[in-house]
Amino acid sequence: MQVELIEIRDHLSRFAPFDELPEDTLDDIARQTQVRYFKAGTPILQQDEAITELHYIRSGAVEIYRRNGELFNRLGEGDIFGQAGLRRHGRVRFPARALEDTLIYFIPGELFSQLCDQHDSLADFVDTEGSGRLRSAVEPQGRASELMKIRVNKLISRPPVMLDAQSSIHRAAAVMTEQSVSALLITEPAPDDPQQQRVAGIITDRDFRTRVVSEALPPETPLHSIMTADPITLQASDSVFEAILCMLRHNIHHLPILNRRRPVGLINLADVIRYQSQSSLYLVNDIFNRQSVKELQGLLPDVRATFLRMVEDEASAHMIGSALSSIGRSFIQRLVDLAEEQLGPPPVPYCFMVMGSMARDEQLVVTDQDNALVIDDRFDPAEHDDYFLRLATFVSDGLAACGYSYCKGDIMATNPRWRQPLKVWKGYFSDWIERPNPRTLLNSNIFFDLEAVSGQSDFVEQLRELIASKASQNPRFLALLARNSLNRTPPLGFFRTFVMEQDGKQKNIINIKGRGTAPLTDLIRVHALASGSTAQSSFDRLEDIAKTRLMPPESVERLRYALEFLSLARIRHQALDIQEGREPNNYIEPENVSAAERHGLKDAFQILSNAQKFLRYRYPYTNGGRQP
Amino acid sequence: MNDVTRQPRLDWPQYMQAMVEATQQPLLARFYQADWPGPDTPLRDVEFVALDIETTGLDARHHAIVSIGLIPFTLARIRSDQAWQQLVRPQSDLLAESVVFHHITHSDIRRAPRFAEILEDLLERLSGRIAVVHYRNIERAFIDQAVQQVLGEGLMFPMIDTMQIEAQLYPRRQPGWLKRLLGKQPISIRLADSRTRYGLPLYQAHHALTDALGTAELLQAQVATHFSAECRLGDVCC
Repeated sequence: MQVELIEIRDHLSRFAPFDELPEDTLDDIARQTQVRYFKAGTPILQQDEAITELHYIRSGAVEIYRRNGELFNRLGEGDIFGQAGLRRHGRVRFPARALEDTLIYFIPGELFSQLCDQHDSLADFVDTEGSGRLRSAVEPQGRASELMKIRVNKLISRPPVMLDAQSSIHRAAAVMTEQSVSALLITEPAPDDPQQQRVAGIITDRDFRTRVVSEALPPETPLHSIMTADPITLQASDSVFEAILCMLRHNIHHLPILNRRRPVGLINLADVIRYQSQSSLYLVNDIFNRQSVKELQGLLPDVRATFLRMVEDEASAHMIGSALSSIGRSFIQRLVDLAEEQLGPPPVPYCFMVMGSMARDEQLVVTDQDNALVIDDRFDPAEHDDYFLRLATFVSDGLAACGYSYCKGDIMATNPRWRQPLKVWKGYFSDWIERPNPRTLLNSNIFFDLEAVSGQSDFVEQLRELIASKASQNPRFLALLARNSLNRTPPLGFFRTFVMEQDGKQKNIINIKGRGTAPLTDLIRVHALASGSTAQSSFDRLEDIAKTRLMPPESVERLRYALEFLSLARIRHQALDIQEGREPNNYIEPENVSAAERHGLKDAFQILSNAQKFLRYRYPYTNGGRQP
Repeated sequence: MNDVTRQPRLDWPQYMQAMVEATQQPLLARFYQADWPGPDTPLRDVEFVALDIETTGLDARHHAIVSIGLIPFTLARIRSDQAWQQLVRPQSDLLAESVVFHHITHSDIRRAPRFAEILEDLLERLSGRIAVVHYRNIERAFIDQAVQQVLGEGLMFPMIDTMQIEAQLYPRRQPGWLKRLLGKQPISIRLADSRTRYGLPLYQAHHALTDALGTAELLQAQVATHFSAECRLGDVCC
């Protein structure tokens, strides 16, 4: 009769990475597993002693230490340890001690490495102690992430059809018909090297309708007078996803692809949509075709459907955040257009600016609006403000109708304080950085993620430059912003083995935004400002931080994983809410969390906690740093 | 040292030696002749075997063994890789209630071998190892009775009883009438309740091998908590 170690097998089957193994493999493991009880306080693994088995915690809690005796991690039921030692010639790398009375299952190292060879899920999971689990939870992505791996040059089906800028529009029309293409690249000799051709512009079918026929231009008109000059381009090595984002962001249907400066192709919307059917691009297109707020409002279900589809396609948090932000920006752009149609052209130039998650490309479905108007310095309130108030009100009301609720903190262009000329904005920002107080620090956290959505984008560029140069030079501001970002801590005590929350209360839900993604983006913002980065998305900021020596590269990498994991967890739970007919929110309940996700959350929260400790140390607060 | 050590105990090596001479059965002679650890052996060096049998009732003269689970171990390791479990087809009819109790069905039992057929295998697995049980009166009495039926002579061997250890740790586990009136609960020394006191997980009860594993873990916990690995075997054995 076959021996059945039911209790061992059943327990393994409930915890990652074993939960993905077939029954008979689990029976096999259970049959080879040994067991030992450790009294609280007794050592389990000692530095450099021989180790031949993977350790699995059946019950209790274990503390893992670094070589220097510093606490490295706390593990609980279902967690494994010792894999680093197994890989390191069988010597213990991280000593371990029982924190509570603990029952350990020992799985023979040899069996375990065989299993890793046979089951990728296992190998990925135990990659390294600590960040390995996180990596496995974040990396294996579905169809959607293929878009990030496929290079955009895969979409190029033919060399670009090109003409010199001096050619006539008549010739252009003939070539386009002959080659049956909907767009032409216009070239001219590069100024620094006349032998080389560079992209000077682009012309499309639509341009012929709007700029040539409607104006009744003569056939001999040179192309350079009607082309769209200096079009947005992408490099051949960029990903298909970047192409999608680029088209979304700029609402363009044709995208020249370059190899350095040399044009190698011209892709269009249809090429991209083949790769992403049911694309968020359709939705953006739809937004621009709507003629009223009421019609725009009708798209609300489509936004959620797009979100769900991306979650189903296992898109990364970065992709989902970018797509939803682009959709949000498109709503604003369309609303601004509709407002201007109604109110007439603006009396002075202005920029409609957004802050917060939309500016960071990290917007999800539960979101409110944070926006402001940056107006030309010729702005005269008595004469012009009536126009801008009406414009702001139109857009803000329209956004609220489309599901972007009003900002509770009144950070909207309808508030006169946030509807100001550029020079006033520069004054605000300089003041917040040079003379920070608790209220302005909160403002900095919101306004220092900023992006132009419509109008004079160079106004926002100037503000970004100002923030980047001033903040990095101001240690006291950085120290206070750092301290401010530590107000919200991750819920380490949440899972039983992480002992207790600081306030001693056992709460049964986590606010994953408030105690996860938000403190993490706050923390990344501090480092980004310190490194003088003008990037807005947290992922881009991490790239800029990595280029400096503010923190070791592994730490940057860990933050990236933690951000991706926490964001994805938040996204998945919102998707679940929508699918089950609940209003999505930022809370997750531990009973809705799978074993693997629970491990990942624990790791991500731990990374955040460690990063917060580092932040305190990296930007020390001293009164000596006070500015005059 | 604990109360557990005060009891006068049988000198097991002497008993085994005597039985080698007395037995008529070569099978049992081999068993008695095995390399049994002496009473002075420290617990850390003892080879144990956790043993649990499931039966059709509590009286060894009227009820029968239906399954046996055992698992060898030391204080350092419980050896699942050497675990053994065996269903046994009893002479007497299975009682309906015990069937439910043990999750064993009649058809499982009909296919199982009789105790006589597994005895040699069982003795080999017990030889030279100190059996650890929870409530020795069942295991000792039923094995004695079953061997008696097969070979015409009974069988006794040294055991450690984890329930006896708990009983001696909590001699006043039944609160007096006043304390009971004040709501004090008696302390249970059943396997599951004893395990809980050491932070050991809850297991499914009445599965012979699971109970054997549970008993092995309990002894490790008891030794880690109340004794030491240096403690003499003779002081815990009975």
